[in-house]
Amino acid sequence: MIDVLLITFLITLFYMAIANRLLTYINVLALQGVLLFFVVFLQLNEISTLNLVFILLETIIFKSIAVPIFLAYVLKRNNITREAEPFLPNFVSLIITTIIVVATILLANVIEDTHLDKIFFVVALSTLFVGLYIIATRRKIITHVMGYMVIENGVFVLSLAVGNEMPMLVNLGIMLDIFASVLILGIFLNKIGDVFKNIDVNQLSNLKDY
Amino acid sequence: MTLIYLILAFSIAIVLFVNKNKAINLSLIIIFVILQWIYTIYACYHFKTTDLEYFTFDSLGILLLITLSIISIPAMIHSYIYIRINGDTPQSKGIYFAAITGLITAISAGYLSNHIAVTWIFTELTTLCASALIYHHRNKLALEATWKYVFICAISITFIFIGILFLSLSLQHAGSEDLSFQNLLSNVDKLNPFWLQLAFLFIFTGFTAKLGLVPMFTAGIDAKDNAPGPAAALLSTVLMNLGFIGIFRFYIVIANTSLHHWANLVIGIAAFLSIFVATVYMIKVKNIKRMFAYSGIEHMGLVMLGIAAGGVGYYAAVLHIVLHAFVKSSMFFQYNQLYNVFKTKSIYHIGNYFKFNPTGAMVLLSGFICVTAMPPSGLFVSEFMIFSSLFSANHIIVLLLVLLLLTMIIWAFGKNIFKILFIPSIGFNETNVVYTSRWESLTQIILLAGSIYLGLNPPAKFVQLINESIMQLPL
Repeated sequence: MIDVLLITFLITLFYMAIANRLLTYINVLALQGVLLFFVVFLQLNEISTLNLVFILLETIIFKSIAVPIFLAYVLKRNNITREAEPFLPNFVSLIITTIIVVATILLANVIEDTHLDKIFFVVALSTLFVGLYIIATRRKIITHVMGYMVIENGVFVLSLAVGNEMPMLVNLGIMLDIFASVLILGIFLNKIGDVFKNIDVNQLSNLKDY
Repeated sequence: MTLIYLILAFSIAIVLFVNKNKAINLSLIIIFVILQWIYTIYACYHFKTTDLEYFTFDSLGILLLITLSIISIPAMIHSYIYIRINGDTPQSKGIYFAAITGLITAISAGYLSNHIAVTWIFTELTTLCASALIYHHRNKLALEATWKYVFICAISITFIFIGILFLSLSLQHAGSEDLSFQNLLSNVDKLNPFWLQLAFLFIFTGFTAKLGLVPMFTAGIDAKDNAPGPAAALLSTVLMNLGFIGIFRFYIVIANTSLHHWANLVIGIAAFLSIFVATVYMIKVKNIKRMFAYSGIEHMGLVMLGIAAGGVGYYAAVLHIVLHAFVKSSMFFQYNQLYNVFKTKSIYHIGNYFKFNPTGAMVLLSGFICVTAMPPSGLFVSEFMIFSSLFSANHIIVLLLVLLLLTMIIWAFGKNIFKILFIPSIGFNETNVVYTSRWESLTQIILLAGSIYLGLNPPAKFVQLINESIMQLPL
């Protein structure tokens, strides 16, 4: 069952690579949160109940409700246009995402490790790289934030792989998640939207050496 | 004590944040500096003991903590002067001082932590405090710098976290779950090399954002450019040292495994590229603050090159990082007085500084001599040792290239500094120049003199601390 959920998680990455509208990105992020909720529920069966409840609440409330609502609010408030405006065509994005996933699967095949469930490794690493890819190839600053959220989800999956042995690391991951998201989104909500009206990365090139 | 220190320091930061009263503000800052020193002295007296489970007062931590506490005094003085001249509102003043106390506290705790996850948490906290400092001016450029800094640092701390996860996978092979550096060292034979390799790559890349090394150095440059001078002094010295301590403590672990050579190669490549990048930017940079920041990248490159070369390079690297903190912070403190005279950062519009503030000009001149490691600068000693370590490790070509690059850096640095000091800038209106008290340069002179003293005639205790901090490395 965990495998099914994680593979669905991988499929959402492909969907994200070809999505055109920003609202789709937000919906996919919410869906990823829900998927992670079930993965946590099934995977972390050896940790204390209190901790499990905390992690479950984080995935469902923070990842799949608060952040998407917040992003949608930012979109609306700053009148950001609906298109994601990638630098590359969607077809190329799809190919590159596929290459990333295949490469991580090949890498995972090399590893001989009984301590690690390989599917976690594959999903986490490909999510990480797809997130970086999204950051690198989208024009709007808000898509950078969304790419960062994708990376966070990937890291969360990886922390689940060792979660039963070291629940502290999962909690640390959650801390990172909340801390960085609040910091980034906080700046975004307060300032970036007001100052840079069109919110295009090309506007962020005023800092020069001379 | 650590718990008391953390609670007190963070509550001082919170009170500073909400407080609008001038007298309370000043007294809180003084109380914080005293608290910082009490904690430092406490740490010295409880050398090699562990406090609060996660904090150990070891040699390297103590060494850098003392450096931080010394620099925090002039940082506070110059911040106070800066805020007074700038005429900030009580609110922005409160935010500034709250952020700077938070930053110093987080860095101190990060230095002393003996657990990689705890170091990571405090590194995260420094990002928060630093972003408040960078955004102090609240204009478009500051916003751009803050955004870039926060975003890159967020990605870099995520990288460190991934590295920690891989490290935990590696440690599971040893049948242990404790991620403290001591436990890693005692299980060093049983760590899984594959995961350790991945962990090192990710942790190293993550910490380079703080250390200011290729590949993640860019955000730091913008940050130091836009943060107020005294804050930039902290960002470009003690915060870089936090990145160094993060990498160095993990490097000690990996140096005791079979991956030692591979890790040296990774560090060496990053270090050499940093020096190269710093040279390229130094040659064309016309913004004095960015020039200082790029010079920091060059020095961090040299430090990591010393680590990669090994042997006497280890000693030189630790020495270099302490001396660089003194020298570079004094340059940044002096920058503010320069700015008060010329009201610009651009070297095109700055000139003939000797006429307006001879003491400050002397500080800049001697700072230039110190930072480019000409004798009698203390950095000369450490750089010389780094070069000799490269020589004895048979990296002659690297050594020659680095020397060539350093010559170009000295040329570029000297060209700009001598323009600032001697050549009058065209169209500068001399009638409204603000008089700067020469006493404001006193702290810089003390810092520079201290760096020269420590380099040329290091006290026995200082040498012993450095030797103990590199003791666990294989020769």
